[in-house]
Amino acid sequence: MTLTRVVCAAGWAAWREAARRLLAAGVPPERVVWAAEEEPAAEPALGLFAEAAGAPAGAAVEHRVPRRFLEVGETVACHRDPQRLALLYRVLWRLTHGEPKLLAVEVDPDVHRLLAMERAVQRASHQMLGFVRFRAGGEDGLYVAWFEPEHPVTERVAPFFARRYAAMRWSILTPDRCAHWDGHALRYTPGVPRCAAPDDDAIEALWRTYYAAIFNPARLNSRALRAGMPKSYWKNLPEAELIPRLQREAAPRAQHLVARPSTPTTEPALRPGRAPCGEGEPRA
Amino acid sequence: MEVAAKLAILADAAKYDASCASSGVKGRRPGSPTGLGSTAQTGICHSFAPDGRCISLLKVLLTNACIYDCAYCINRRSSGVRRARFTPEELVRLTLDFYRRNYVEGLFLSSGIVRSADYTMEQLVRVARALRVEHGFGGYIHLKTIPDASPALIAAAGRWADRLSINVELPTQAELNRLAPEKRLVQITGAMERIRAGIDEAQAERRPGAPRFAPAGQSTQMIVGASDATDATILTAASALYRRQRLRRVYYSAFSPIPDSPASLPSRAPPLLREHRLYQADWLLRFYGFEAEELTPASTRNLDLQLDPKTAWALHHREHFPVDVNRAERAELLRVPGLGVRNVERILRIRRWHPLRLADLRTLGLTLRRARPFLLAADHTPRPAELDALALRERLTAGRAQLDLWGSAVSAQHGEL
Repeated sequence: MTLTRVVCAAGWAAWREAARRLLAAGVPPERVVWAAEEEPAAEPALGLFAEAAGAPAGAAVEHRVPRRFLEVGETVACHRDPQRLALLYRVLWRLTHGEPKLLAVEVDPDVHRLLAMERAVQRASHQMLGFVRFRAGGEDGLYVAWFEPEHPVTERVAPFFARRYAAMRWSILTPDRCAHWDGHALRYTPGVPRCAAPDDDAIEALWRTYYAAIFNPARLNSRALRAGMPKSYWKNLPEAELIPRLQREAAPRAQHLVARPSTPTTEPALRPGRAPCGEGEPRA
Repeated sequence: MEVAAKLAILADAAKYDASCASSGVKGRRPGSPTGLGSTAQTGICHSFAPDGRCISLLKVLLTNACIYDCAYCINRRSSGVRRARFTPEELVRLTLDFYRRNYVEGLFLSSGIVRSADYTMEQLVRVARALRVEHGFGGYIHLKTIPDASPALIAAAGRWADRLSINVELPTQAELNRLAPEKRLVQITGAMERIRAGIDEAQAERRPGAPRFAPAGQSTQMIVGASDATDATILTAASALYRRQRLRRVYYSAFSPIPDSPASLPSRAPPLLREHRLYQADWLLRFYGFEAEELTPASTRNLDLQLDPKTAWALHHREHFPVDVNRAERAELLRVPGLGVRNVERILRIRRWHPLRLADLRTLGLTLRRARPFLLAADHTPRPAELDALALRERLTAGRAQLDLWGSAVSAQHGEL
């Protein structure tokens, strides 16, 4: 059996181009070995095939795929797992070879895995919207953030920041990809090491004051904390350095509230409800 | 007093409000193109406190001084707590400083009542107006509304805020009389009606550039366990608020007494699980087609602490089961214990092309231990004896309390049951 080895640059466009050629040449998934490159191709359509044995470009058959696959694919292309390339192709192959409704069968092992990857990328993107922390760096009013996304989603989320902080000049630096907004246009540059980012901002002390004060020690819930804000993000969140101390002191503080000496003026306290976020429309 | 010291006091005083939502705004607030900020329809959590609660907004009081003396409130007139007060300018500055650094989605501003309702409301509105008009701020603003403030001030609040809220705190006037004698339920619901009318009017007038009015709607909060109110009373009050005043959200807050609280208050905290069960029941009302009377029938006025309210309902209505996952309608599937809205939608999609078996349900992440006795799958029929067994309740409750307590913070966020 001849194996086709495909070296695929990062990004959806590169994979799509490679997959289109393989599909046109009728190469089944079990005969493709995928290798991922870290950086996106300078020209997305170039340099896709290292040894494209038996894969002539632009063959006869045009395959139609559901729009949903393009949507999933574009998202999954941002996943860090190198297996994503082969998985995407296997699902594409099945969709175009007798299983056009495959994506609806979410319990199929390939589809289940693909959709889990999609959710992981969406989650990483959403977390980036919340967990990026800008520091007002230089004298020129530039805001700079250092962030380490779980998946390389910087280009997915940068337009959101450009809309929200249109009036500011900012850069988000990550190890994979950096985004820059000058007030008019977004620009991307290769990843940088952490030392390129500023390491303090005077406002962070106020933010930590707020973080400590809004926490209710009577309701310590470390597991829910980690579910909402995984530990991997803590190192870049200025408030997270308080967490161990707040957790340690929670029980004594709550105890202290109850054990306060009796005076006629002591106030009753309310325990707040667990604050459910959003309107509670179940997630789609 | 320095801003940092004020922030410590006034954030501490605000944490008893359970709401943290920054969601529910569709589209962008029309503002100057040089403005700052936007709202996200699904809301964004910017951090999580060690209590597991999402931090989305800068949630503070303008002041914790108050002329009211509500027995359950830490900021009441007779409380010995330390007092502080922000100036509107300090609040505007703090909000913008936090917002520009991506710490928050915006501001949730509340206050104790100082001088008069109108005076206090005017101060809150002034902060919101300054953010919107002077700074072109397009982020999220939630304003606490004082029910006896003048209609003109409430209208101004709705114009600048994304969300308004008035806390009813207790479900009946009799209970308010006992614990919050200055509060009038009719006044509260009346103000909610006016807010609702403002929202309806703004929505009807859907031309570009039309003035907005609280586009993220209104919410409220009820205290649980400070009075003798049963869950039935609380849920009935909540359903009425959802129906008549069309609230987006009712929050429940478990009361926690400390020594020397007024004699009018109970001396014991309600179990946190009770608050959790109320949230679960609330979700069943809003998204699962249940009525309050079904969850708290005349025979049991309080929710079962050991079982989630849907499982408790199912055990009392075993004649509705088993439900066939491959054939049943949406409404029937939603009543199966362990089957959440999201999974029901998935099942409806999948079963058109693929008959579902137990292994498939496991793949979807269903809690089979709970769901299994109540459903039929392609390879599964529960033995009739299993569904009828008296021991079913014991089997379903085993080991759950622990799980429920940790999960309470999480499940209330997406409400899957």
